[in-house]
Amino acid sequence: MANGEYPKDLKYTKDHEWAKKGGATIQVGVTWHAQDALGSVVYVELPKVGTEVKAGAQFGVIESTKAVSELYAPLSGKVAKVNDAVVANPALVNEAPYAGGWLIEIEPASAAEWDALLDVDTYVKSLG
Amino acid sequence: MPRLTPLNAAHKKLGGRLVDFAGWELPVQYAGLIAEHEAVRTKAGLFDVSHMGEVEFKGPGALEAANRLITNDLARIADGQAIYSGLLNPEGGFVDDIVAYRFSPEHIFICVNAANREKDFAWMKSNAKGVTPVDRSDDFAQIAVQGPSAFGLVQKLCRKDLAPIGTYRFTTGQVAGVECIISRTGYTGEDGFELYCPPNQAEALWFALLDKGQADGVVPAGLGARDSLRTEMKYALYGNDIDDTHTPLEAGLGWIVKLDKPEFIGKDVLVKQKAAGVTRKLVGFELTEPGVPRAHYAILKDGQKVGEVTSGTMGPTVKKAIGIGYVPTALAAEGSTFHVDIRGRPVAAKVVKTPFHVRG
Repeated sequence: MANGEYPKDLKYTKDHEWAKKGGATIQVGVTWHAQDALGSVVYVELPKVGTEVKAGAQFGVIESTKAVSELYAPLSGKVAKVNDAVVANPALVNEAPYAGGWLIEIEPASAAEWDALLDVDTYVKSLG
Repeated sequence: MPRLTPLNAAHKKLGGRLVDFAGWELPVQYAGLIAEHEAVRTKAGLFDVSHMGEVEFKGPGALEAANRLITNDLARIADGQAIYSGLLNPEGGFVDDIVAYRFSPEHIFICVNAANREKDFAWMKSNAKGVTPVDRSDDFAQIAVQGPSAFGLVQKLCRKDLAPIGTYRFTTGQVAGVECIISRTGYTGEDGFELYCPPNQAEALWFALLDKGQADGVVPAGLGARDSLRTEMKYALYGNDIDDTHTPLEAGLGWIVKLDKPEFIGKDVLVKQKAAGVTRKLVGFELTEPGVPRAHYAILKDGQKVGEVTSGTMGPTVKKAIGIGYVPTALAAEGSTFHVDIRGRPVAAKVVKTPFHVRG
């Protein structure tokens, strides 16, 4: 049984990122499961605005007190916004993974990639 | 299958996140690393360190036999005192770092690292003269109670007056009705005890400490907090900061080496190294640009690799990205600067005074 919260209006990846549609851009963060598995997040490294990211490819790094993990883009496109607040205060990832702890916003290159993301039930099932 | 400590069921009951550590299943954390770390700095934390090994030297000549294996000097301390020491190979590298307890000249008790239990015992057995060491690891569980509230907590559960048991002193007695070696030692930089007890009574002792300490904010703490706490103190971790290729002089542990002792394994090399001067030193540094140093990252000077990070983290109390690593002696002085290669990005660092954390 999966612990934690997984909002129904989000899409997910098997790498434990979430994606949220908001106008022209897609907001991206890590799931409750990811932050729980990482433990206390102490450092976040994000790309600059304008950087091209590719679905499934690394776009940044997230570090907890114990471990370093790579961040993978849920979809391809251009980085439209970066959450400077989470860079300054990485604990936001633990405190509010779906709100203040968001990481980047992507201007998506294609609509098809959004449809290919996991829905909440499929993601939660994958957590076992 | 990892081995289980006698507290395994307790960890599960308390929601500990269990991981494999040196072949043992132990909690990396319960509620969260930073909360546990802060509890130890401000109140107290309980750690299961039952995976540590214990070796005993008993009988006439016990002190001399053990003393010949270690760098520090059991002849200089009194009965009821303990010393931190190196156990070296003939090349002067660490077989392990240990704590030796002097019950009497005919009874020496040595606590060794979990990962080195078998290796250390075999080493001691094949090198001990006169007295045959006995592996007592399966006869002891060990609970570390660490933090400013630790003394009061253990005292509440113990009839014996513990005030005379100063740092690196020990006694025996009952804690919560469980017969223990009560040792004023630890690996966190805080005051506290390490309690060695029979495995079948470890759980009773653990919950007695937790129950009694609850009002004072005592929490169970995992391996994660243990590592961040010791890193803030620049306490060496075997396998990371010290190993069989590094000597105590290089590791900044000259104080545990007593070169005026008549004999110990590794002494010849250290005498020469001390005369010639070491070429590399283990230093503490902090990053002066964003990032977190981690073990095995390269240390760079003018773009060239000159050393390696051996431990690093974001220090929860010092609130800085701190690291430990070997650098050439020329770069070891406080204020020296170099870069740490973090995923291909050179990040500026400077050598600082250690421990990183100074007890308030």
